[in-house]
Amino acid sequence: MHAFEYHRPSNVRQAAALLQKNEDAKIVAGGHTLLPTMKQRLAAPSALVDLGAMGELRGIEKKGRAVVIGAMSTHADVATSDVVAEAIPGLAKLAELIGDPAVRHRGTIGGSIANNDPAADYPAACIGLGATIITNKRKIVAEEFFTGMFDTALDEGEIITKVSFPIPAKAAYAKFRNPASRYALAGVFVSKRGSDIRVAVTGAGSDGVFRWSEAEEALAKRFAPKSLDGMSPPASGMNTDIHADAEYRAHLVGVMARRAVAAATGR
Amino acid sequence: MTGTGIGAPVRRKEDQRFITGKGRYTDDLTRPGQAHAYFVRSPHAHAEIVKIDKAAAEAMPGVLAVLTGDDLAADNIGGLICGWMIHSKDGSPMKAGAHPALAQGKVRYVGDHVAVVVAETLAQARDAAEAVEVDYKLLPAIADTATARSSKVVVHDVAPDNTVYEWHLGDKDATEAAFKKAKHVTTLDITNNRLIPNPIETRAAIGEYDMGTDNYTLYTTSQNPHVARLVLSAFIGIAPENKLRVIAPDVGGGFGSKIFIYAEETVCVWASKKVGRPVKWTSDRTEAFLSDAHGRDHVTRAQLALDDNGKILALRAHTIANLGAYLSTFSSSVPTYLYAPLLSGQYDIPAIYAEVDGVYTNTAPVDAYRGAGRPEATFVVERLVEVAARELGMDPAKFRKKNYIKRFPHQTPVIMNYDVGDYGASLEKALEMADYKGFNKRKRESAKKGKLRGIGFSSYIEACGIAPSQAVGSLGAGVGLWESAEVRVNPTGSVEVLTGSHSHGQGHETTFAQLVSERLGVDINNVNIVHGDTDKVQFGMGTYGSRSGAVGMSAITRAIDKVIEKGKKVAAYAMEASDKDIEFADGKFSVAGTDKSMAFGEIALQAYIAHKFSGQDLEPGLKEGAFYDPTNFTFPAGVHICEVEIDPDTGVTTIERFTAVDDFGVVINPMIVEGQVHGGIAQGVGQALLENAVYDESGQLVTASYMDYAMPRADDLPSFDVGMTVTPCPSNPLGIKGCGEAGAIAAPPAVINAITNAVGHEDVPMPATPRAVWHAIHKGKAPMAAE
Ligand SMILES: Cc1cc2nc3c(=O)[nH]c(=O)nc-3n(C[C@H](O)[C@H](O)[C@H](O)COP(=O)(O)OP(=O)(O)OC[C@H]3O[C@@H](n4cnc5c(N)ncnc54)[C@H](O)[C@@H]3O)c2cc1C
Repeated sequence: MHAFEYHRPSNVRQAAALLQKNEDAKIVAGGHTLLPTMKQRLAAPSALVDLGAMGELRGIEKKGRAVVIGAMSTHADVATSDVVAEAIPGLAKLAELIGDPAVRHRGTIGGSIANNDPAADYPAACIGLGATIITNKRKIVAEEFFTGMFDTALDEGEIITKVSFPIPAKAAYAKFRNPASRYALAGVFVSKRGSDIRVAVTGAGSDGVFRWSEAEEALAKRFAPKSLDGMSPPASGMNTDIHADAEYRAHLVGVMARRAVAAATGR
Repeated sequence: MTGTGIGAPVRRKEDQRFITGKGRYTDDLTRPGQAHAYFVRSPHAHAEIVKIDKAAAEAMPGVLAVLTGDDLAADNIGGLICGWMIHSKDGSPMKAGAHPALAQGKVRYVGDHVAVVVAETLAQARDAAEAVEVDYKLLPAIADTATARSSKVVVHDVAPDNTVYEWHLGDKDATEAAFKKAKHVTTLDITNNRLIPNPIETRAAIGEYDMGTDNYTLYTTSQNPHVARLVLSAFIGIAPENKLRVIAPDVGGGFGSKIFIYAEETVCVWASKKVGRPVKWTSDRTEAFLSDAHGRDHVTRAQLALDDNGKILALRAHTIANLGAYLSTFSSSVPTYLYAPLLSGQYDIPAIYAEVDGVYTNTAPVDAYRGAGRPEATFVVERLVEVAARELGMDPAKFRKKNYIKRFPHQTPVIMNYDVGDYGASLEKALEMADYKGFNKRKRESAKKGKLRGIGFSSYIEACGIAPSQAVGSLGAGVGLWESAEVRVNPTGSVEVLTGSHSHGQGHETTFAQLVSERLGVDINNVNIVHGDTDKVQFGMGTYGSRSGAVGMSAITRAIDKVIEKGKKVAAYAMEASDKDIEFADGKFSVAGTDKSMAFGEIALQAYIAHKFSGQDLEPGLKEGAFYDPTNFTFPAGVHICEVEIDPDTGVTTIERFTAVDDFGVVINPMIVEGQVHGGIAQGVGQALLENAVYDESGQLVTASYMDYAMPRADDLPSFDVGMTVTPCPSNPLGIKGCGEAGAIAAPPAVINAITNAVGHEDVPMPATPRAVWHAIHKGKAPMAAE
């Protein structure tokens, strides 16, 4: 790790000012992605701006027909939240499937989506539920937020403050874990909110999280696992690595989608 | 007898310090004035070093020295060695390429050592390492085992076709003749996947030079500190043996990877004199992936010849063994003498012929890893046997039983003379425990849920207690493989045992104390085990190959015998009797036929105060040593049965049951033995289902972190059913065979046999990842693990 300055501001405005002032500064939340890359010297920020002291960024509440989660809420906060369990149990389940206990107690939802790892779980929930990402500057709908592997619509120094998830009628997540890293090899989040049917896929696509529209159309006719029988997305858009070739990944997306719908419909 | 003797499941004495974080590992040590080393490693698999410019690095803050292969050569420091000479079929010696501790002229694998920076702090050393400018001329690389010999790439000029040796064992003509007669031949092409050891504690070393005495000390993560000292002094030439002390403090797992003498500790000792400061290096996890010696990596075609009654007539195997870019310390012996002599398995096979080609590639060196050669042999034999039974339509258990060796001693056609065993007894017990009879019912239940179920056997045998020195000497070993012990009794009757074995997780501090407790009647808490320091223990061969019980404890037994003999003489004086009338039992010396007796501790005191005898007639004190050289290998054997359920939608294999019945001979501490079996099976299941070291075509290690290298976790494993049968080993005084490697040897074929049974054909690679199994189910053909 290279030397860096460390700041721990007490509100978002101060944080934004620090980020503006220090050119190569980076936000640190749980540090579970950033610190390992710094230790390996793959990242060398001049300063870290720690969001950990801001109570305003942590917390989960139901607001109207949405669940709003503060950016600094940990995966464990989400996994064990009564509000989430009541309104969107599939989201609590997703958080519970992230990493191991240490990761879940440090890693945050803000850090996870800002990082947009193509194998991370939260991006599937954001797109699969039609979430809105709220920053210190604006609101961004999930589809516009995730712009490709490790890439987002965030501007330099922009801070995610909250994520708002509309409450669906039905939703669930099914994850096939990478045997080594236990990130998603194929993770599928499905939801139904009125006529809005969403199937979001993480871990599998060669350009990160995506919506699987054929499956959404099939489910629009009938929201049941059977509607997806025999379906899988084309292998051509899938990632290939030592753990899974494109053909196998595409197949797994189909299997996970059916399992997610089964879970969402209690079948 | 004391409740802590042989056979008692006492808790491990060492766990108090390990569990409370009080263990003291090499990295926990800080020497006064200590500086830090960081290695500049090759990012390329194969390249010429055109030029190294160290000027910028040397000018950086805190830098004490930047050293390269040229500096080593200038100081006449020799290269790392391979201590086991293997001869090819044609009688020519193996082709050992030079292995300098810092590269000279060429790098041969990603992670190869190019230079070392020594600085005040680790961060400064690392910063400066980035500033060392190395001008490489890239060369094409070869990483693949099967094609290494036909590649145009030449890793070492001494071996133009990348062939270290073309070795063979057994009677070729007799084997060919048996195959001609055979009614049925089973053929398998087998890849034994490459593994990375991954002990929790990474390797570390501190070299320290004392100007006042001209002595060196090396603190290091070693399974065999005396061998390290011998190699560093006699071969590498760092310092004379009497000027070098090697200390291996607590060591957090080795699995073989800490047997070897590596570049890093060599450089730390040498550099400590050059900079006049203790020099410390601790491997980070990435360095461990890149540069710890890897394991396995065989490509084999194997065949079994059978008559029409299902009797095995002969076995032949041709193996290509990847030895990596350089020959590591014992690497040459692993795919030869630790492999082919086990190809008879538990079976009466009249003729065996094995050919092994050792090859160089642009990959990390490959050497012994838990089981070393024996897992590879067992995988070949147990896959062949299972498939042969299936092809003949015979029950695999019955087929095995029919072919088991039933009379002992049994001379196999491949060197080994099995002394004792009862393979049928282990099989019967395992079938019972695994409820083999109920398997078909369970299979039907799985089918109802849309799942596939399979069962697989592994009747493994291993050769442990390595090894009779004369025998291994005749096979090319550069050392003897005896063990030493010294038993020192203190005046108060407490005991110190100095042993040449080394504990890095095995629990020697407990089991060795149990032996003393059993024999001398001393409480285990009054027994200390001293190991891992060449200044304390005179010499020893260390711990690997499940040898510390069979060989190390036999040496302790011999020393205890001498202590008792001496004690009898002291007792005779103390109780005014003839030493012929003194008996020792239950911790007491007594005079036969009388009620006179004295406790062991009282005699110890008498031995030291020497008031009752003249020092001319009997030497004072109570301290004895022994060297024990085994007369044969030991042959632990057993039967493991694995039962799996597979989800055909995803290819995920779940191990539903795993039964292990082992015959380890006499067991000192059943709890520790069971722990060794559990750990071994976990590693074996890791190899079968998860672990795979993958190099891409350019020689980059794709699986250089836990993001891609899949280690087994607790939830990948079932609760194991462990049982035992016992045939005491006749060749050592305690009847011990050894248990440290059994699980890692037995498990892989049991798992793969279960999966192939479930899938319905044999074409499933190892590791049987979900992807591979899914392809096997749906395409009938699984692609290789690496792209
Ligand atoms: C062993 C391990 C296993 C894991 N397994 C999984 C898994 O199974 N599934 C999964 O999805 N993830 C997994 N992760 C990742 C984990 O979820 C991390 O928590 C997450 O990727 C990053 O969150 P963090 O809070 O640690 O962010 P940090 O590491 O602190 O930051 C990550 C990036 O986001 C930026 N950032 C952080 N917060 C904000 C914010 N509020 N606004 C703008 N930018 C911000 C930082 O500048 C940085 O670039 C795993 C991680 C580890 C170490």
